Amino acid sequence: MAGHTTAAVIPAVSALLKSTDVDVSVAGRRLVAGLNLTVSRGEVVCLLGPNGSGKSLTLHTLAGLRLPATGQVQLCGKPLGEWSRRDRARRLGLLTQVSEDAFPGTVLEAVLIGRHPHVDAWQWETTQDVEAARQALADCDLVGFEDREIGTLSGGERRRVALAAVLAQDPEVLLLDEPQNHLDPRHQLAVLRLLRARAKAGRAAIVSLHDPSLAARFADQAILLEGNGQWSFGPVGEVLNCAALSKIYGVSVSEVAIAGYRHFISD
Amino acid sequence: MPTYFARHPSIFLLLLALIACLVLVAAVTVGSAGPAAKDLWPHLIGGADPVARSIVMDLRLPRALTAFAVGGLLALAGVAMQVLLRNPLADPYVLGVSGGASVAALAAMLAGLSAYWIQGAAFGGALSATLLVFGLSHGPGGWTPNRLLLTGVVVASGTGALVSLLLAAGDPTLLRGMVYWLMGDLSWAGSPLGLLVLLGITVPVGIAMARPMNVLSRGDVQAQLLGVPVGPLRVGLFICSSLITAATVTTVGSIGFIGLVVPHLVRLVLGSDHRRVIPASALAGGILLTVADLLARTLLAPQQLPVGALTALVGVPLFLVLLRRAPPST
Repeated sequence: MAGHTTAAVIPAVSALLKSTDVDVSVAGRRLVAGLNLTVSRGEVVCLLGPNGSGKSLTLHTLAGLRLPATGQVQLCGKPLGEWSRRDRARRLGLLTQVSEDAFPGTVLEAVLIGRHPHVDAWQWETTQDVEAARQALADCDLVGFEDREIGTLSGGERRRVALAAVLAQDPEVLLLDEPQNHLDPRHQLAVLRLLRARAKAGRAAIVSLHDPSLAARFADQAILLEGNGQWSFGPVGEVLNCAALSKIYGVSVSEVAIAGYRHFISD
Repeated sequence: MPTYFARHPSIFLLLLALIACLVLVAAVTVGSAGPAAKDLWPHLIGGADPVARSIVMDLRLPRALTAFAVGGLLALAGVAMQVLLRNPLADPYVLGVSGGASVAALAAMLAGLSAYWIQGAAFGGALSATLLVFGLSHGPGGWTPNRLLLTGVVVASGTGALVSLLLAAGDPTLLRGMVYWLMGDLSWAGSPLGLLVLLGITVPVGIAMARPMNVLSRGDVQAQLLGVPVGPLRVGLFICSSLITAATVTTVGSIGFIGLVVPHLVRLVLGSDHRRVIPASALAGGILLTVADLLARTLLAPQQLPVGALTALVGVPLFLVLLRRAPPST
């Protein structure tokens, strides 16, 4: 339902996020050269690559946190820099790898932070905002955690609180930097199911993962980063294959099919 | 679990306002000179005693209001710096901002400049100390809140050394007054009007900036992602906290730890939503300093104690407890 309403607001643009010739460099090293990708409504895109290949930097660049060395990122057909801060935050969200909790506070407060771009200046959060936060908590299996102090949570629970905050932000394009960190297998699967459900409602996601099997099962498209500027982007069925994965990870990867899903095993 | 007051913050704010009134009444009632406390109000209401009236209206009331305004302002400066540094240990005194203001104000005094210039010098000193702390801690790899705090502590000891040098070089007959002023002394406080106006402006401005501050306290990156204008907000917090610190230092010298103790206690009770933390800190800071000043001028009456020494006696143990309880990652 949400997908229909947002599609009506921005008609005829199915490409939610588009990068054109984007270079990602750090300390003089070009990690990704000339990245061209298009993420459309309803798509889940996975981002794979070895440690230090520029996955986080690529996500940060796509989120507008750092300027691309060259090239341009477009959000809903408009260059990232031309959006007002608030309008951009309502359309584009990023779950970062680490989150800070310097001051004490409850789980519900931490998740309500995600509603910031939806609340007008001088206003308090409405019951709708609280409702959205509670729904996000429920989606992250955190019902009953509302009043818990953040400092008393485990690493995996904190990770799910951070995820709930970015879900409460409810952006059209959600970028997630290794959301699986600290999560047990059940919650790892739950995150990806959640992204699929959002995609079905007309949203889109780019998620960096270290598990090609989960990527093959849940994603539509894949971006593979080699860390030397080389990259490939395309449907998971084409991009995720033993040869490519063996090459980027530097281990020999073989493929088996279990219960109809492709599984990649490194040996 | 949230405390009772976290669920009902308005009750807590009302309670604080009530305590503030009581404390102010106590501060104008109790003192070493004039009629005894129990006889004071009949004297005043009768209106027949010009001495009692003068003691209350010209001495105790301005002093009590100054203490209240300074306490509230220092607590707000502490809140602003804690958000800037994302560290509950930050405070204008710990970070050397008070020290910077003291050095500049003292130098202006020794140079025989007018009060106007002393104010300006203090603001310049506070701003320079802040810029110095943030500038120095901006090493390779960007700054971390911890490096910032350490730099602030070092700058604070540096300004302490400069103050000692200035005092040694200055006129010995002024020494006692200056030392008292440096330790925080409200006995020279004049009209409280300016500080009350500043407090009256800072609280609503702070509440207006409170929601972006909530987001900023989750980190610069989070704030940027959620659409907060991080750069302007940080600059605004810098300038506000420096201005507030300078205004208090030129009036009453450097009083430490109010900015540390008060926001910490308020956060324990109310949680970290700055829309509540800011008004509650202003009230609680005012209450704390008014009480501290009341004690400073009555404990060893007629001898007056420097109020900054009293607040430090409360603040130092609390700082150490906080430091001990801080999680290893911060």
